Amino acid sequence: MKSVIVEQKTLALNGDEAVAYAVKQSDVDVVAAYPITPQTIIVERFSEYVANGEVETAFICTESEHSALTTCLAASLTGARTFTASASAGLALMHEMLFVTSGCRAPVVMAIANRALSAPINIHGDQSDTMAQRDSGWIQIYAENAQEVYDSIIQAFRIAEHPDVLLPAMVCLDGFQLSHSVENVNVLPDEVVKKFVGVRQFPMVLTHEGKMAPLKLDPENPMTMGPLAFPNYYFEFKRQQEEAMKNALKVIREVHDEYARISGRSYGDGLLDPYFLEDAEIAIVCLGSTAGTVKTVVDELRAEGVKAGLLRMRTFRPLPVEGIKKALENVRAVAVMDRSMSFGGFGGAVFHEVRHALYDLEKKPFVVNYIYGLGGRDTSPTQIRMIYKDLQEILAKKRVENPINYVGLRE
Amino acid sequence: MQSEWKFTAKDIAEKPDLFMSGHRACAGCAPATVMRLIMKALRGPTIVTQATGCMEVVSTIYPYTSWTVPWLHTAFENAAANASGIEAAIKMLKKKGRIKYEHVDVIAIAGDGGTYDIGIQALSGAVERGHDFLFVLYDNEAYMNTGIQRSGGTPLGASTTTSPAGEVIPGKLEPKKPIADIMVAHEIPYVATASPYYWRDLIIKVRKGLEVEGPAFLHVFAPCPRGWRSDPSKSIELSRLAVETCVFPLWECINGEYQLSAPSKVIAMAPQKKKPVKEYLAVQGRFRHLFTPKNERLIEEIQRITDLRWQKLLKKCGMGREPLNSVF
Amino acid sequence: MTAEEKGWREISIAAVCWKSSTEFLTGDWKTYKPVRDLEKCTKCLLCTIFCPDGAIHWKPEKEDIEFDYNFCKGCGVCANECPVKAIEMRLE
Repeated sequence: MKSVIVEQKTLALNGDEAVAYAVKQSDVDVVAAYPITPQTIIVERFSEYVANGEVETAFICTESEHSALTTCLAASLTGARTFTASASAGLALMHEMLFVTSGCRAPVVMAIANRALSAPINIHGDQSDTMAQRDSGWIQIYAENAQEVYDSIIQAFRIAEHPDVLLPAMVCLDGFQLSHSVENVNVLPDEVVKKFVGVRQFPMVLTHEGKMAPLKLDPENPMTMGPLAFPNYYFEFKRQQEEAMKNALKVIREVHDEYARISGRSYGDGLLDPYFLEDAEIAIVCLGSTAGTVKTVVDELRAEGVKAGLLRMRTFRPLPVEGIKKALENVRAVAVMDRSMSFGGFGGAVFHEVRHALYDLEKKPFVVNYIYGLGGRDTSPTQIRMIYKDLQEILAKKRVENPINYVGLRE
Repeated sequence: MQSEWKFTAKDIAEKPDLFMSGHRACAGCAPATVMRLIMKALRGPTIVTQATGCMEVVSTIYPYTSWTVPWLHTAFENAAANASGIEAAIKMLKKKGRIKYEHVDVIAIAGDGGTYDIGIQALSGAVERGHDFLFVLYDNEAYMNTGIQRSGGTPLGASTTTSPAGEVIPGKLEPKKPIADIMVAHEIPYVATASPYYWRDLIIKVRKGLEVEGPAFLHVFAPCPRGWRSDPSKSIELSRLAVETCVFPLWECINGEYQLSAPSKVIAMAPQKKKPVKEYLAVQGRFRHLFTPKNERLIEEIQRITDLRWQKLLKKCGMGREPLNSVF
Repeated sequence: MTAEEKGWREISIAAVCWKSSTEFLTGDWKTYKPVRDLEKCTKCLLCTIFCPDGAIHWKPEKEDIEFDYNFCKGCGVCANECPVKAIEMRLE
């Protein structure tokens, strides 16, 4: 398909501002949110747009995150395009409603400025908040920089609302590192974004009136949503959500590609973003902004003749199993970096999932885990280098001594 | 505030039930009667949202539904947040020319569980933000759907499964939370109480709540024969006794001004008509343990609190013995 | 459950209800059934208003009240509230 890259202007935006700007352009009808560091700039900036009449969006300052997501869900089911944002404890408070939103097949889009969970309380970046929600039936996309945040929010509306998907989506940006760091962000013109996101379409469902009607609360076609489903009915709806996740693997790539043709920007295939992986012998898998640091180290190592590579997972849910297998099947030692912990679980969430995805390979690489950056702790290029060095040692010794490692932890 | 709408019993009887038969409520369930009556008061396109609870469960067992209007349930504590989202969406979609309705009424319905306790945050937030919706509380005075556990709306002395009448503790020791007064303190345009025996009063109050622009709150008394251990045939009679004993007086608070509704005004004007609470308590198994020498002091306590709250209400309505200073 | 149970591929998403509850008859719940004395009945319509199940209807074309025993659960509220005691609860 022909690529017509539109002219874009460059703005200095931090991750939060990039989110707000993307939402401003995406013809969102209702934003209901509650502030929490480090997402506050999103809601503050957006409320400025509202106060200045720059958007036609109902902005509701709810009294808690649980109500924020509920309000977005109910508005979405009434036919509105909705958005919210949160982090850490706020996302945790939404926990119940995350599952409900997915179960109701409401295409709510949410930005999460990844932040550590209490206790003790910590306002800085790590991914424990969203990792803890990986079972909730939400699409999860992790951005590496503010530019990608902007691009991903716009894409998220299309992905979530796609008739083969109809699942809510969260776009994740590392707290403070991305949310508060200013970068050059190229933004598309308003009309281009508006055209890209389009107008919401609704699937048809059978109602108690015996006819098919668009899935929304509309007095013209009354329907009952959120009923009690007994054991003989519940299971099938969950299977439907799983099918939607499967379809999302394709839809995410398609939307990503369509966007790339307009913006000139792409992130791997939309699911996975490999860096020097084709002939890599050792590789790191990670999500989010740390990938940027890793790329710097990969460049250095490559210059030294080391066959190092990086697999950045952009999409974590749905898990791109085939993509992971293909990307890593020729790598001999893989270090999966986790910016969260799963206590008592033999490593972090990403480690679990990557290792699990590779389990069926004929020739399996060594896969080890590096827990890093918890509570916003910084990870340096030197520390990343040490990880690659460990991988080289594993290959030399042909065995793993420490499957689970902690980066920068004071022993 | 008067409603223009005038109707006869026949008018109500001829209106088709928008809350249909075939729901699985217990025999003699007053909340079910309340649902039917609420739906008789609709005036145009309406969307109903409900909290988890008896009425939600009995009326929406997949694939069956008793609701002929658009209806949403998401969780227990957030009926008011649902209503906020629906109301905001309708307003914005109308502004953008994406829906054709002149106006859509939004009603949030919740039991005492979803209002007094787990639901109070969302309710308080929604009314503070001034969303245009009616919140109806159907109060059967315990978490009935999960097995009769106590709520903030359970009255003093009642035996529930989590405040059982035992050897040492005779039921719930805390008085009923004055939820309607809490809503009055939010300074919303319309707050009222209603009881299904006084069906005309209830229906008019629902209509008024819909007509008001902004948040409206209606507290409806709804006896539960199962949880109250009362005769299923007596549920509506109990809703009358509660008013006649002043356990549940009927009133409205319109823009901050309290006024008694006719059934309670009758008693205020002729105090000899006020029945002793004992008459009300005696027909409910949940208070049976109070009729023992060890616990009868609680009946006196219930009478005392009832009288105290009644006198406070009379003062607010300008009918007390002392002059009324101010409401807020 | 009397409804036909379809597979996940056929059933509409999001669990929207597709049957009216009027297809679920609750009349077999009752032990006692209300019987009206036509002579005493003043057609005040209170029974039609109070019935929790909406099982008592005013039929304008007949100018009379009709009990729908398909849905009546035999609670006895109608009998208890009737101002002229025109309804008797009889063992079914």
